[in-house]
Amino acid sequence: MILLALLAVLIFGGIAAWFSERWNPAAPRWLSLAALAVEALLVLLQYSIIDPVDNLAVGDSAAWIADLKRPWIPRFGIGFHLAMDGLSLLLITLTVFLGFMAVSSSWSEIKRRQGFFFFNLLICLAGTVGVFLAVDLFLFFCFWEVMIIPMYFLISIWGHEKRTIAAIKFFIFTQVSGLLMLLAIVTLALNYHDDTGIYSFDYFDLLGATLDPDVAYWLMLGFFIAFTVKLPSVPFHTWLPDAHTQAPTGGSVILAGVMLKTGAYGLLRFVIPLFPDAAHQFAPVAMTLGAVSVIYAAIMAFAQSDLKRLIAYTSVSHMGFILLGVFSWNLLSLQGSVITMLAHGISASALFMIAGALQERLHTREMGNMGGLWAKIPQLSAMTLFFAIASLGLPGLGNFIGEFLVLLGTFKVNAVLTVLSALVLILAPVYALIVVQKAFHGPLPQSYQLPDFGRREWLSMMLLVLSTTWLGLHPQTVLDVSAPSLQQAMNCCEGIDR
Amino acid sequence: MIDLIWLLPLFPLTGFLILAITGEKLSKPNIAWVGVGSVGLSALLTALIGAEFLTGNRESFQLVPGSWMAVDDFSVNFGLYLDALSVTMLFVVTGVGLLIHIYSAGFMESDAGYARFFAYMNLFVFAMLVLVLADNLVLLYLGWEGVGLGSYLLIGFWYQDPDNGYAARKAFVMTRVGDTSMALGLILLFTQLHTLEIQSVMLSAVNQWDTGTFLPVAAAALLLGGAVGKSAQLPLQTWLPDAMAGPTPVSALIHAATMVTAGVYLIARMHDLFTLAPPVQFAVSLIGAATLLIAGCSALVQTDIKRILAYSTISQIGYMFLALGVGAWSAAIFHLLTHAFFKALLFLAAGAVIYCFHHEHNIFRMGGLRKAMPVVFWSFLIGSAALAALPFTSAYYSKHEILLAAFAVSPGLWAAGCLGALITGIYSFRLVFVAFFGPERADVEKAIGWRMGAPLVLLCMLALFGGMLQIPLDSVFPVPVEDGGHHDFSLVGTITIAAPIFGLVIAIMFYLTGTFSAQRLKAYNWVNLLQQFWFSGWGLDSLYNALLVHPFKSIAELNKDDVVDSAYTAVAQLSIGIHHLVSASQTGRMRWYAASMGFGAAVILAIGLLS
Repeated sequence: MILLALLAVLIFGGIAAWFSERWNPAAPRWLSLAALAVEALLVLLQYSIIDPVDNLAVGDSAAWIADLKRPWIPRFGIGFHLAMDGLSLLLITLTVFLGFMAVSSSWSEIKRRQGFFFFNLLICLAGTVGVFLAVDLFLFFCFWEVMIIPMYFLISIWGHEKRTIAAIKFFIFTQVSGLLMLLAIVTLALNYHDDTGIYSFDYFDLLGATLDPDVAYWLMLGFFIAFTVKLPSVPFHTWLPDAHTQAPTGGSVILAGVMLKTGAYGLLRFVIPLFPDAAHQFAPVAMTLGAVSVIYAAIMAFAQSDLKRLIAYTSVSHMGFILLGVFSWNLLSLQGSVITMLAHGISASALFMIAGALQERLHTREMGNMGGLWAKIPQLSAMTLFFAIASLGLPGLGNFIGEFLVLLGTFKVNAVLTVLSALVLILAPVYALIVVQKAFHGPLPQSYQLPDFGRREWLSMMLLVLSTTWLGLHPQTVLDVSAPSLQQAMNCCEGIDR
Repeated sequence: MIDLIWLLPLFPLTGFLILAITGEKLSKPNIAWVGVGSVGLSALLTALIGAEFLTGNRESFQLVPGSWMAVDDFSVNFGLYLDALSVTMLFVVTGVGLLIHIYSAGFMESDAGYARFFAYMNLFVFAMLVLVLADNLVLLYLGWEGVGLGSYLLIGFWYQDPDNGYAARKAFVMTRVGDTSMALGLILLFTQLHTLEIQSVMLSAVNQWDTGTFLPVAAAALLLGGAVGKSAQLPLQTWLPDAMAGPTPVSALIHAATMVTAGVYLIARMHDLFTLAPPVQFAVSLIGAATLLIAGCSALVQTDIKRILAYSTISQIGYMFLALGVGAWSAAIFHLLTHAFFKALLFLAAGAVIYCFHHEHNIFRMGGLRKAMPVVFWSFLIGSAALAALPFTSAYYSKHEILLAAFAVSPGLWAAGCLGALITGIYSFRLVFVAFFGPERADVEKAIGWRMGAPLVLLCMLALFGGMLQIPLDSVFPVPVEDGGHHDFSLVGTITIAAPIFGLVIAIMFYLTGTFSAQRLKAYNWVNLLQQFWFSGWGLDSLYNALLVHPFKSIAELNKDDVVDSAYTAVAQLSIGIHHLVSASQTGRMRWYAASMGFGAAVILAIGLLS
């Protein structure tokens, strides 16, 4: 039942936030905070039962922590089936943590229609949590949509100057790719029906289904495209810079921090376990796309002058590592991908929050209009420096662990691509340090006054700093939680010789 | 006491955290107490631990305070390792580091970023201590990248000048090129040997790999890439002269005494691996010999006091690489030690000149400083004598050892080293004679206080007598095979000693007595061209700009709007075009609709009938 509560708290919190605006314009944000606090408690509770004392044995594995199964549309074998393992627990933790950050960064930024804003924010988070929990493919698809539509509103209503185009672009990209996934899901279920005579959309039923290799390949592609559009990977990445640039800060935080991870999660949870042979056959292509993303986006990032656009491209670059790591499919590279998901979620969100804070103060995202800010706002500048360094992969901070493990794991599978992607270690400082240079170093600006971080911003930043450092110095806490799920996922594909 | 080595890096880290959190809120004396004190505590503890280690009889000591990560068969600890080599490095880092910190307390006092400066310095010392104490390559890499970060932050310390920022980024990115190669080396080593703990890596490498086979050669070459970048050797040396944009104590600490010698440390630390890869080891000696000559020539023609010293640093590290390449491991570390003393001395003395002399960097605008600044003059004289390796200075012993070892391997390498020694003699005394002798050009602005004076005096002592501080490294490195040919070295030895003295004589004739004149030489066209070529650092900067930087920038700029997106834009444009086309047909005129319906019906009928 706790899994249902995880969804209900956010959904009802969102609805309450929407209606509470009538009484007090400040009520929605406080209600959202309260809902997230309750949610955080529930999530922390899950960690206490992570020790698999009461083995649920879902899908013949001890990796699952909690499970909830109710019939929904029994005629087609669609169930309301939620389950949680270490991987989904980690990603839900990230979602809730960054939910706080999104609320914090929207605290004073959002002035119009606050109730509806926080409603959308929380529903979007609920959809994401649902995506991480659903183990019925039809249900999964529903949550996938629930997550996208509020995000569309967040961008199109509270976004910046070109918000309409950006929102439509975001919507079309995700919808078209979602359609491919829906087709693949239905075909998969029909195929299962042809084999066994029963309809089922359940992940655990479909896991071992026998498939014609050609059909499997096409279905795998359907899922793959849906997830790599979301991830995103070159050549499906072009919606991201637009969406990020135009989204309000809270939207960017959710988008970069959490929503991109649903793509990575989908690859890990569905694409490879459901279609191990096809995925193996496809791995060289996927890994090449990953490596190309890593390098191409790093070069693109360097060329940008809009701060948020630059950060968006760095996200594409980091997500390339995940594609690389997932398709290398060994424990090292998978653990690396998981750490990268979390570390990038934190560092990219922090950078977007900083960009938002700068825009709130300077009313521009153009780095050409900044410069010399260190003398005015040293705390904000030092934080940017910190997260720029984190995102260029300095050892001791989270991103390094993820990227190093991915490279370590990938090297065993494909040395050439590993060397190619490692070149980003040279490109990352090129794009990360140019931000510090253009915005914060250089001659003093005119003598206008700027407020440095306020208490709320400072607290949020410190939490992000601490979690990045924690991930970098003691990743074992995370590695131990995700290990059983990854091990289980690897067992699915044991038969395949890699 | 030795169990406390984990405290060594922790003191400066604490100092960094205190200063980073409080910012400029503390009073200046308190900032200095925190910044200098943290390094002082480390230095004190190093002295105690070092004494215990050297008087005790253990060869090495390992401490694993905690685990970092463990995935599958990959596991890394925060393990620390102490042996004679790391003790030597500890003395350099904390000892010289402390003197430079004390000096900085005076040098930087009027700067607005006092706390920021000491925070960065402490962060650097922390990373450097991690680097030399790490028992595994990943932790070493953490320190390795950490010192790079410290270097970046401190080169760009005066951030209001964009040139400083450029120099800082150049240093970071260029060393990152080497670091990437090193990271790949780690990955290769782990994939093959399933461990990254340094001693086990060397043990399994020796057990599993045959000398000269592909794997040890590849791994050693990749690690060499890292060493070349960090230690500013050919072809990645061009960042170091620009790194002089940082405050002078930074140049003394990072870009002379400690960080830039990290590459030497790495190769010495992994010496078994390099022994397994003779081609790579030969490459190390060639890189060393070539670098020492190239940088020496560039030092000859510089006019900026700090750039002369920067090129001399590159050149001296070239000697260390030469030593590593010929297998004279302990000679390389010995030269690292003496170099740290005299080069820190030279930089701090140069800093004192700059501090007292209106921030002037050009030696030709100085002149006659001998009388005005006696302490600094003597510091410079002693430092230059040691740099030139004149007999009975500390560096005389270390460089002599290197050159003799080089001769044993290849007379060609020895000859390059001797030529380099000659050049060193010329440029180091050119600097002294031009800046400190001759007519007095201007008044000295202010005097140096004790905080800047005392470190200079102490470093003078070390530059002169530091040769006696050599810690025996026989427990770390294989003892070189003694060949019976020692007595053959008499002529070789004489030439080795004479080379720098000859250089001194040339410098005297050019810049003191005026027997020869550099101006007259410039009458020749080719001399002029050569001078410009050397002055620009052999044109490497322009070469890299033309080959890498500009193409990268223009490609990035050209594709700023993302060519991939144009495909999607094309789809959108096509839809809009069709939309216009179709909506144009919606005219509202009944006869058009009727006509097109009729036409359509006819076509469909025709298709139906004909098929």
